[in-house]
Amino acid sequence: MLTQLTHDIATVTRRRALAATAGLVMGLAASSSFSPAQAADDTIKVGILHSLSGTMAISESTLKDTVLFMIDEQNKKGGVMGKKLEAVVVDPASNWPLFAEKARELITKDKVAVVFGCWTSVSRKSVLPVFKELNNILFYPVQYEGEESERNVFYTGAAPNQQAIPAVDYLMKDEKVKRWVLAGTDYVYPRTTNKILEAYLKSKGVAQEDIMINYTPFGHSDWQTIVADIKKFGSAGKKTAVVSTINGDANVPFYKELGNQGIKAKDIPVVAFSVGEEELAGIDAKPLVGHLAAWNYFESIKTPANEKFIKEWQAYTKNPKRTTNDPMEATYIGFNLWVKAVEKVKSTDPDKVIDALPGIETANLTGGTAKVLPNHHITKPVYIGEIKANGQFDVVWKTPAEVAGDAWSKELPDSKDLVGDWVGKKCGNYNTKTSKCLGSGS
Amino acid sequence: MFANCIDRFRALFLSILLLSCFVLPAMAGPFEDSVAKFANDEFSDTEDAVGEIASSGNPLASPIISALQDGRLSADPDSKKVFITQPDGKIIDAATGAAVDKLPDNAAAVRLNNRLRRTVDAAVGGLTLMSSDPAKRLSAAQSVLKSHEESMLPTVDSALAKETNKSTRQALAEGRAAIILFKSDASDSDKLDAVAVIKARGDQEALALLTSLDAGQPPLVAKAAASAISSIQSNLALWSTVQNAWYGLSLGSVLLLAAIGLAITFGVMGVINMAHGEMVMLGAYTTFAVQEVIRTSYPGLFDYSLLIALPLAFLVAGGIGVLIERSIIRFLYGRPLETLLATWGLSLVLQQAVRTLFGPTNREVGNPSWMSGAFEVGQITITYNRLWIFCFTLAVFAILLAMLRYTALGLEMRAVTQNRRMAASMGIATSRVDALTFGLGSGIAGIAGVALSQIDNVSPNLGQSYIIDSFMVVVFGGVGNLWGTLVGAFTLGIANKFLEPVAGAVLGKIAILVLIILFIQKRPRGLFALKGRAVEA
Repeated sequence: MLTQLTHDIATVTRRRALAATAGLVMGLAASSSFSPAQAADDTIKVGILHSLSGTMAISESTLKDTVLFMIDEQNKKGGVMGKKLEAVVVDPASNWPLFAEKARELITKDKVAVVFGCWTSVSRKSVLPVFKELNNILFYPVQYEGEESERNVFYTGAAPNQQAIPAVDYLMKDEKVKRWVLAGTDYVYPRTTNKILEAYLKSKGVAQEDIMINYTPFGHSDWQTIVADIKKFGSAGKKTAVVSTINGDANVPFYKELGNQGIKAKDIPVVAFSVGEEELAGIDAKPLVGHLAAWNYFESIKTPANEKFIKEWQAYTKNPKRTTNDPMEATYIGFNLWVKAVEKVKSTDPDKVIDALPGIETANLTGGTAKVLPNHHITKPVYIGEIKANGQFDVVWKTPAEVAGDAWSKELPDSKDLVGDWVGKKCGNYNTKTSKCLGSGS
Repeated sequence: MFANCIDRFRALFLSILLLSCFVLPAMAGPFEDSVAKFANDEFSDTEDAVGEIASSGNPLASPIISALQDGRLSADPDSKKVFITQPDGKIIDAATGAAVDKLPDNAAAVRLNNRLRRTVDAAVGGLTLMSSDPAKRLSAAQSVLKSHEESMLPTVDSALAKETNKSTRQALAEGRAAIILFKSDASDSDKLDAVAVIKARGDQEALALLTSLDAGQPPLVAKAAASAISSIQSNLALWSTVQNAWYGLSLGSVLLLAAIGLAITFGVMGVINMAHGEMVMLGAYTTFAVQEVIRTSYPGLFDYSLLIALPLAFLVAGGIGVLIERSIIRFLYGRPLETLLATWGLSLVLQQAVRTLFGPTNREVGNPSWMSGAFEVGQITITYNRLWIFCFTLAVFAILLAMLRYTALGLEMRAVTQNRRMAASMGIATSRVDALTFGLGSGIAGIAGVALSQIDNVSPNLGQSYIIDSFMVVVFGGVGNLWGTLVGAFTLGIANKFLEPVAGAVLGKIAILVLIILFIQKRPRGLFALKGRAVEA
C-alpha cells in the first residue's frame, strides 16, 4: 500500500511504476550502454531509449529488440544513404528522471540522429524538454491519451480517436450496448481516455446513471469486489459492456476473476485497450474467449507484409514462439518513416527531417498506408479483435479506411478547438476559434 | 506457434479460395442450403443458418448447433461442405449425416462472435429442453430465462409437463414466468403469478428481468413488480454485506500468507528483510518450472502440480534464505539500517537474476481444475481458488504455530529470539538456529508464492506488490506475535473490503494506510504487543 502512495504522488505513469529510488539503484547498476568506444564516421547512429530493467522491462525490452531488428534489416539492404546504421542502446531502467538523463547522453555524447523510445506517458513527458532543447527527433510508438503535439516528437501509436472511440462505436452498433463500465488503472492515460469516452457517450445520449467509472491502483490483484460490482451493474436489464483501460499487469488477475465468477463475454464483454498478444501469453486464455481488444494491429491479421515480418522477427530472435504486437508495428512504421524522410532530404539533420516527415507515407503491416500528418500523428486502421483460446485475436470488425490521429480530442471542451499543425501554422496547439497559437508551456 | 503458422498460411489459402469461388454449387434442399451457409465465413450468414437449422426440425439440427457451440463444426469454403467432429473424434457430414474419413485439408472451424454465441445458446436451449441428459436439460432451462423468447412458450410448457427433475422443473418454471412477463397478451393474473415466481428467485438475474420490464404494464402488475424489486434489492443488500465479509476474509488470507514468513524473519528475528517479496516470487517461479516440466513430460499430473511444487518451493526459497543468512545477514545483526539496505539491494539482484533467467514477461501458471470456477452460496459467488487459498493459509498458520510450540527446533528458536545469551549459555548453537529460522521464514514465503501464483502475475515484480503490505500486517499485528499477524491480516483485509465499495479501491487503500499510521501512534507495538524484559533488550 505504501508503493501505492508513491504511485499516487507520481500519478503520471503509463504502467506500474516502482519507487523511483529502486530504479535509480538499478540504473546505476545497469547503465552500461553498449555504445562502442569509437564510432566510425560512415555510420548513422540511432538511439534506443527503452527500459531493459525495472517494471517496464516487461513491455519495453521487446521494442528495443524490434529497433535492433529493423536496423539489422536496413543494414542488410545497404543502410541509409549508403551508410550503415548503428544502434546505441541505453537502459533508463523504468525510472522517469533517468529517461531524461539517458536521452541527453544519447544526443550529446553519442550524437544520435534519431531516438526510438519511451513507453509510459510520464517518460515521454520527462524527455520532452531534452528533445526540444537539443533539437532531436523522438519516435514514440505506444497508444496514449493524446492532448499533445510537439515539434520534436512523432507519435506512431494510436491517439484516443484511433482506438477508444471506434471500439465504443463497435459495441454500440454491433453489440447494442446501453450501459457502460469504464474501468481503468488510476493514472493519466485511463483518466484522460475515460474523460473523452464519457463525453462521447453522453453526446450519444447515454445517461449518467448508465455509466460507471472505476479506478484501481497499479498492480491491483484483488478484483473480487470490482468484478462483483460489474456483475451487479450489468444486471439492470440493459446490455452492459466494460471498457477497460486497466494496465497490462493488473489484467491477468482481473480476467482470472472474471472467468472464475462466470462472467462470459457473451453476457458482459470487456473491450481492452492495453491487452495484447504479449499480455495474453501470460495467462490461460480459454475463459477469456470472446472478450475484445481494440488495436491498430494484430499478429493474426493475414497480409503478406505481416507474414513476412513475423517470420523474419522470429528468425531474428531465434524464437519460433515470439509474438508480435501493436507497439512493435508502430515502431516498424516509425522506423520506416524516418528512413524514407532521411532518404528524401539526403540528410539526417533533425530540422530537415522534421520538416520532411509530414506527408511521408509507408506501408503498414496490415495492408494499409501510414501517412504522417501535420500534427505529427499518423493514419492508422482500427481493428476490434476477439480473444481466441490460443491467446491470439480474431478480427471481428475494422474501420473501412485508415483513421487520421487527432492530437487534441474533439470530445473535450478544453481541446476541441485546438489543432496541431507543424506544416502551415508551425504550431502544436493552434486554436482555430481565436486563430492563435498557444505556444509552448501547454 | 509452428502449427499456428501453418494455420495462418492455410487460412490465407482459404481466403484466396473463397474469393475465387463465386459460384455456389447447387444444393439439394433447404436444409442443405442452410448448412452450406456456414462455409461462407460471414457472421451474418452463420446467424441465418443457425436460425433456419434450429427451426428445421431435422434430426441433425441439434448435433450441428451444439458442435458449433463447442467449436467442433468446421467448413470447407471450397466445396461448401460442412463437417461435425463428434466428441468421440468421428467425423460426419453435417448436411447428410454420412460418415467421413477425415476433414479436408482446407476445412476450418466456423467462427463465432459474441452476438452469435448468444444466438447459438438460445438455439441450443430450444433444442435440448427434451434431451435425455439431465445436465443438458438444466442448462437449456436456464438459458430460457435469459433469452425469454415468446416462441419458446409451447416447448417450455410441454417440457415442464414431462420434467421430473426438481431443479430443472424450477428453472423451467422461472423461464416460463420470464416469458409470460414479457408476453404482451398475457393476462394480468398470469403476469402477477410470473412476478411472484421471479421474486422468489430473488437474485440479480431476477432483478434484471424485473427492472427491464417496459413501462406499458397494467397498473397491478407494475405495482407488484415494483414491490418485488424493492424486496429483492433489500435482500441483495444484506447478501452484499456477507459478500464483503467473505471478500475481506479472502483478502486477509492472502495478506496473511504473504506476511507469515515475514512474521518469522522480521517479527521473531527482528531482521528487516526487504528481499522477503523475492522469496515469494521464487516460490511462484518454482511453480512455473514444475508446471513446465509437467506440461512437457507428464501432462497427466497437471492437477497435482501445486502439491508437487509446494515442497520444492519450500526447499528452493528456504535454501536461498539460509544462504542469504549465512553470507550476508549474520554479519549485520543489530544494525537494522544496514540490513535494510543490504536486503533491498539483494531483492533487486534477485529480480534481475530472474528477469535474465526467465525473461521479463509474465509466465503462465495454470490453474488446476479444482481451483477454477466458482459456486454459489445464497446470493454470493465464492471462487474455488480463493477458497482454497483461505484454507491453505489457515493450514500453514496452524502448522507453523504447532512447529514453534511443539518441536525442539521451535523451542530453540523461541529461546534464541527471547534471550540470545541465555540460550547460548544453555548450549544452543545460536548461529545454527538463526540460519534455520531465517530459512524457515523464507521457505514459508516460498510456499506462499505457490499459492499466489494462482491469483497474480508470475513476473519478476511479483514480490514487490506484497512486501509493503506484509510489513504493514506484521507491524499492525504486533512484532513477534504470530497471532497478531493473523488478526492483523484479517482486520486489514475486511476493513479494506468494506471500504472499497464506498471509497473506491484507491481511496480505500489510502484510508487503510492512514488508519494504520494513527493506530501505530496510539499503540506503537501493534495489536498484540510482547511484554517483558526480552522486548526491551
